Amino acid sequence: MTRIDEDAIARVFRAEHGRAVAVLARSFGDLDVAEEAVQDAFVSAVEHWQTDGVPPSPAGWIITTAKRRAIDRLRREASRDDRHAQAVLLHQRDDPVEEGPVRDDRLRLVFTCCHPALAVEAQVALTLRLLGGLTTPEIARAFLVPEATMAQRLVRAKGKIRDARIPYRIPSDADLPDRLQAVLAVVYLVFTTGSSALTREDLCAEAIRLGRVLVELMPDEPEALGLLALMLLTDARRDARTSADGSLVLLHDQDRSLWDPGELDEGRELVRRCLRRDHLGPYQLQAAMQAVHSEPAGTDWRQIVILYDQLMSIAPSPVVALNRAVAVAELDGPEVGLALVDALPLERFYLFHAVRADLLRRLGRTADAADAYDEALALTPNEQERDFLLRRRAATTTP
Amino acid sequence: MSHYLLSVIEPTGPRPAPEVLEPVMQAVGAVDQAMRDAGIWVYSGGLHDPSTATVLRAKDGDVVTTDGPFAEAREHLGGFTIVDVGDLDAAMDWGGQLAVASGLPIEVRPFRY
Repeated sequence: MTRIDEDAIARVFRAEHGRAVAVLARSFGDLDVAEEAVQDAFVSAVEHWQTDGVPPSPAGWIITTAKRRAIDRLRREASRDDRHAQAVLLHQRDDPVEEGPVRDDRLRLVFTCCHPALAVEAQVALTLRLLGGLTTPEIARAFLVPEATMAQRLVRAKGKIRDARIPYRIPSDADLPDRLQAVLAVVYLVFTTGSSALTREDLCAEAIRLGRVLVELMPDEPEALGLLALMLLTDARRDARTSADGSLVLLHDQDRSLWDPGELDEGRELVRRCLRRDHLGPYQLQAAMQAVHSEPAGTDWRQIVILYDQLMSIAPSPVVALNRAVAVAELDGPEVGLALVDALPLERFYLFHAVRADLLRRLGRTADAADAYDEALALTPNEQERDFLLRRRAATTTP
Repeated sequence: MSHYLLSVIEPTGPRPAPEVLEPVMQAVGAVDQAMRDAGIWVYSGGLHDPSTATVLRAKDGDVVTTDGPFAEAREHLGGFTIVDVGDLDAAMDWGGQLAVASGLPIEVRPFRY
């Protein structure tokens, strides 16, 4: 046993939070009871672990302690005629924690947090709080909302789970594909929120951690593998995507020595596993594209176009078509790409104009390119992208 | 088991023509029958137009009567079903069937007591 400081204890709790809350939520049928009990166990751990050291199975210690605390709390607060509390207490024993059922408990928690009856913001907040073990102030900071707003969002969501009886259950086979999509979308939203702002790297790491949990819980689900691969391969290039002055660096101009080799290797290996299984979905295809982009020899655009063709056949959208047109332009030239882009109904989308601007620039149509840059600039809210577009516009119009 | 209110949200305005309404009512009737067969049906009914409503308010020990609905709105409660099911997933499943049959939004809401 080793002595340990409070920060290290907090890290252990963050890692084990989802497991502990999941087990207690099943035992007590109430997320608030489960969450408070795990919080009580944390206070107790700070007291005991600092002197006694970390127990051999921290998860087991946390769950056992939290259960006892929850029982104590319910006994104190339950009146004699509170039949629900009495019934719950009657069924509590100090059972040893078994790994199999715990795995299922965590899956139930995932699907409860991402239930379609909850707004997406609520799904994200619940997932980070209950499964990820982030504190409410941490989540509020990450999403740039006041702490009180985030606290309110969590209270409301947990209230709805309790009052509307959102079940604590793994969905039936018939519902599973849709419900799984919602879960993956929540984790990917955490990731994209993290990568869209320089100051929120923690969210990327958190999303990857949640992605690993999903793969651990659903090892046979190829889209869960695909999502993890996509996040790892995107994250691997994070340092190279931004230059020293904070401006955006395009793939073509990136310093490859800044790519994270560990994340790249792991991501590529996951993509190979997906390809062998051959049940390709949107996340796997996007991951495969990232893998092609990260090849040491440079991007093979023919492969990218093939992957976009597959993506268009299973999840067609104008945005996917726009990205495909970019790849086609690399392969067959800007004129062919521009014809594809011009046919898309995306006039309100800044990337549509940014792509047009770049293709027009390459065709030497400078005045048209400048107009397209102006349209893109009028539509993007992102500071970093505005700077990038302004620099490109200046470089295009000054000979 | 818990009770849920499945409300049919209708747009305010003239009723659709009978030949439009007829197949819709048949489809809704089939869902209603399926609920009874499943043993989860508690009550259901369709309402007359909001223009038939009367609002009563207590004032100084008296009751004041107003002709018309409580609030004029672009949508109103057109009818409702009460089901007795195990959880929100089951209530949403039945509500979804009503939405498909009626072509109208269905609001699912749990009873407090």
